[in-house]
Amino acid sequence: MNAFPKVSRRSFLVTAAAAGGGLSLGFHVPYARGATAQEMAPEVNAWVVVKPDDTVVVRIARSEMGQGTLTGLSQLVAEELECDWKKVTTEYPTPGQNLARNRVWGNFSTGGSRGIRESNDYVRKGGAAARMMLIQAAANDWKVPASECSAQNSVITHTPSGRTTTYGKVAAAASKLEAPKEITLKDPKDWKVAGKSVPRLDTVDKVTGKQIYGMDLKLPGMLTATIKDCPVFGGKVKSFDAAAVQKMPGVKHVVPVGETAVAVVADTWWQAKKALDALPIVWDEGPNAKVSSKDIAQMLKAGLDAPEAVVGNQNGDVKAGLASAAKKIEAVYSYPFQNHACMETMNATAVWTADKCEVWTPTQNGEAALAAASESSGHPAAKCEVYKLHLGGGFGRRGAVHDWVRQVVAIAKQVPGTPVKLIWSREEDMLHGRFHPITQCKLTGGLDAQGNLTSLHMRISGQSIVAAIFPQNIKDGKDPVVFQGLNPPGPEASLGYTIPNLLIDHAMRNPHVPPGFWRGVNLNHNAIYIECFIDELAQAAGIDALEFRRKLLANSPKHLGVLNAVAERAGWGKPAPAGVHRGLCVTMGFGSYVAGCAEVSVSPEGVVKIHRIVAAIDCGHAVNPQQIEMQLEGSFVYGLSAMLYGECTVKNGRMEQENFDSYRVLRIDGMPKVESIVMPSGGFWGGVGEPPIAVAAPAALNAIFRATGKRIRDLPLKHHSLKKA
Amino acid sequence: MARLNVNGKDHTANVDPETPILWVLRETLGLTGTKYGCGIASCGACTVHVDGEAVRACAVRVSAVEGKKIVTIEGLSPDGSHPVQKAWVALDVPQCGFCQPGMIMAVAALLKQKPKPTDADIDANLTNICRCGTYVRVRAAIHAAAKA
Repeated sequence: MNAFPKVSRRSFLVTAAAAGGGLSLGFHVPYARGATAQEMAPEVNAWVVVKPDDTVVVRIARSEMGQGTLTGLSQLVAEELECDWKKVTTEYPTPGQNLARNRVWGNFSTGGSRGIRESNDYVRKGGAAARMMLIQAAANDWKVPASECSAQNSVITHTPSGRTTTYGKVAAAASKLEAPKEITLKDPKDWKVAGKSVPRLDTVDKVTGKQIYGMDLKLPGMLTATIKDCPVFGGKVKSFDAAAVQKMPGVKHVVPVGETAVAVVADTWWQAKKALDALPIVWDEGPNAKVSSKDIAQMLKAGLDAPEAVVGNQNGDVKAGLASAAKKIEAVYSYPFQNHACMETMNATAVWTADKCEVWTPTQNGEAALAAASESSGHPAAKCEVYKLHLGGGFGRRGAVHDWVRQVVAIAKQVPGTPVKLIWSREEDMLHGRFHPITQCKLTGGLDAQGNLTSLHMRISGQSIVAAIFPQNIKDGKDPVVFQGLNPPGPEASLGYTIPNLLIDHAMRNPHVPPGFWRGVNLNHNAIYIECFIDELAQAAGIDALEFRRKLLANSPKHLGVLNAVAERAGWGKPAPAGVHRGLCVTMGFGSYVAGCAEVSVSPEGVVKIHRIVAAIDCGHAVNPQQIEMQLEGSFVYGLSAMLYGECTVKNGRMEQENFDSYRVLRIDGMPKVESIVMPSGGFWGGVGEPPIAVAAPAALNAIFRATGKRIRDLPLKHHSLKKA
Repeated sequence: MARLNVNGKDHTANVDPETPILWVLRETLGLTGTKYGCGIASCGACTVHVDGEAVRACAVRVSAVEGKKIVTIEGLSPDGSHPVQKAWVALDVPQCGFCQPGMIMAVAALLKQKPKPTDADIDANLTNICRCGTYVRVRAAIHAAAKA
C-alpha cells in the first residue's frame, strides 16, 4: 500500500458543492437519511465516511423500498471494514454526484433482484479498501508497518506494542491516502456481521411516522399538483376549460402536460384534486378507443398457433417426439394484466429554472430518474439533480419508466422557480400503471408408455416488456426476458427439467396497454404455466407429483435441493390434516432456486383457504437470513393476491379498475402461515426479492386441484366456482 | 375555519369544512405520518384515532371532528414507546413502511377493545392493506404487544 498522500484527489466536497444545488437555492433538503456526513468528515473512499465520533456512514447507491437492501449492503461493507456495527448509518449519494464522479458508485438500478447480487463484490471491496487505508493511517502515525496492525470493531491495534486508536481519530489522515491496489475479500464462512439476521437499520422511523417518503416532502413556497392523463392509452387532450376552475379555492395554475395530460396546481393537494375533478376536459381518445379485453384475448389466442415464433429453448425434435408419444396432453393457460398498486402513489417534486432542474422523488433508479428529468427539462444532465426519497413500495413500477418525473418537470417548467409537488390520485395510479404483461400459453406434452415425459412444446403468446421499454434490446425479434424460468441450463432462470424433445417459443403480441416490470416479471406466469402443467402430466402418467419432478430434475441438483427441502419439511407423502391438500412448485429465476409446498383446503361452498406455505430458497449467499424470510413472506402476499383476485381489464381502451374496491388485494385474513428454509449453498449470488413470488401461485393451484379436481388455467381464481357439485 | 384537537393540542385550520381530515393533518398541520393510500377508506393507510376509535381519515370531513380528540401516529407515544410500536421494532415488522403508521394505529385501537385478540379477531378487525406483505410479522407483533 502507498503510504504517501495523494497529489491530486478529488474530494467529495467539491462535487457535492457542484451537484447539491438544492442547498444553494436556500431550501432545506430533507434527504431520505442524513446526507450531511461529508460536511462533518472527509470520506475515506466513495463508500465510507467515518466521523470523529466513530460513526460510520455507508453510502448506498441502490434504493431501499422495503426489501432490506439498505441493511444488507451496509452489512457487506461493514463486514470488510471491521467497524462497529452499532455505529453504522447510511446515506444515498445522488445520481448527479455519480455522474460527476465517473460513476464511482456504479449502477443505481434497483430492480431484477440485483441490489445485492450485482454489487456485493465492489461494495465489499470498498469496505475492505477503507479498512486498509484506516490501518495504514494509524501505522503512519505510529511509524510502524501496517502489517503489524489489525482492526476490529472500529479499533486499530498495533499488536507488538498494544497501542490502539479508533477509526474516527485516523479517518481524516486515511482520506488523504491512495486507495490500495490489491484487495482480498473475506471468505464468507468468516463473516461476523454479514450472514447474520441483524435488525434493519430503517425500522424505528417507520413506526413513529418520522420516515419521510416522497409524498411527505415539503419545500418552502411549494405548490401541489395533481394530474389526469388521457385514460385511453394513445389518446390526447383535445381541449380543457381552465376558466371553469381557475377561481376555485387555492387554484394557482391549470396547465397542459405534454399532449396527453392536464394538471391543476394549487396551494394544497385537496384543492388541486377538487378542481381537477371539476375541470371539463375533452379527450381525443385516439385509435384504441374501442379496444376491450376480449379483443386482446383474441389477439393473443391467434398467437398460440401462429406459424412464426421466436425460440427460447430447444433440444431434440419436439414434433417427432409428440407424434410418437404414447399419450399426448394439451392445455391452454392465461395470465391477466396486474397493477403494481404501490401503497404510495406516484409522486415527485421539482424546481425548474432557466439554469437547472432539481427533482425529489422515490425511485428505484436514480440515474434513470435523472435522465428523465434532463429530457423533460431541456437541460443537460449535468445541470439536473435528483434527490432520492424513501419509496412507499416499488415492485418494479418505480424503476424503468419515470413517467411521473417527466410530468412534474413539465409542470414545474411552466412555473419557473416555484417548487411543485405532483401526487397522483389512486385512480390515476390504477389507470396509468405499467402493467404486468398479459400472456396466454399452450402446452403440449408427450408421455411414453412408462409415463416418462419425452416431449414438451410450450408456446407463449403475448406481450413483451422489453419491446415496449428497451426496444434496442430486442435482437432478431427476441425478448429474452419472456423466457424467465424456462432458459436452457445455466446460471440464470433456467428450466431445471431435462426433456429429450423440447421447444419453448414466443409469439410476440403487443396490445396497446403499456407493460412494465412487475415483481417477479415473466417468472410469475411462466412458473404457473410449466409447474401446473407438470402436475397435469404427472397425473396423466399416474405418477406422484414429487417423484415425477425428481426424475426430470436429475441433472439440476440445485433445483432438486430446494424441492426436496420443502417436500421433507411439509411432509409430502405423509397424511395432511383432514381436508387439507398439498401442491408443489419449483423454479429458478433472478439467480436463485426456489421451491414451495402449499397446503390448501376448499370448503363445500367453494371457499379457498391457504393454510401454510413451506418454501425454500438457495440464493448462494445469504446476507441477512431474516430479511430473506421477510421477502419470502412478502412476495407470497403479492403473488397470492394476483392469483386470487388480481386482474386489470380493458374496456373502451382504458383500464376498468380504479381503486382497491375493484382491484382487490390480499389482506391479513387471507395470509397463510409461511415456513421459510433459507439454504444458501455458496459459490454464487442469487436475488431474493423476486424469485420466491413465483412459487406461491402454482403450488396453491396444484393444491386446489387436489382438493377439488378442478384445474384452474385462467387467472384470477375469483372467476371460477369451486363449489362442490 | 376549523378548530381541531390533535395529539392533545388545539389548532385552527383555515380550510374548506369539506376537506378530509387526512389532508388537514398532512398539509395544514404538517403531520405527514398519516398517509394517503386510496381516498376511499379502503386501504387504512390514513388510520387515526378519533375519540379513541380507529377512523380512516381520508373519508371524514374536518367539520365532523370538531370538538373531538384526534390522535395520529406522531401522538401515539412521545418517543415510540407504545407497546405496539415496541413490538413492531422488536419483530422488525415494516418493509417499505408506508402502510405501517395506519396499521399501528388500527392495531392500537383493536388492542384497546380486545386486549388479547385471537387470530380470528385479528382477521375480522384488521383490514389495512400492506403491499409489501408484512402480515405474518404484523400478526406475530400483535400477539407480542398483547402480552407486553
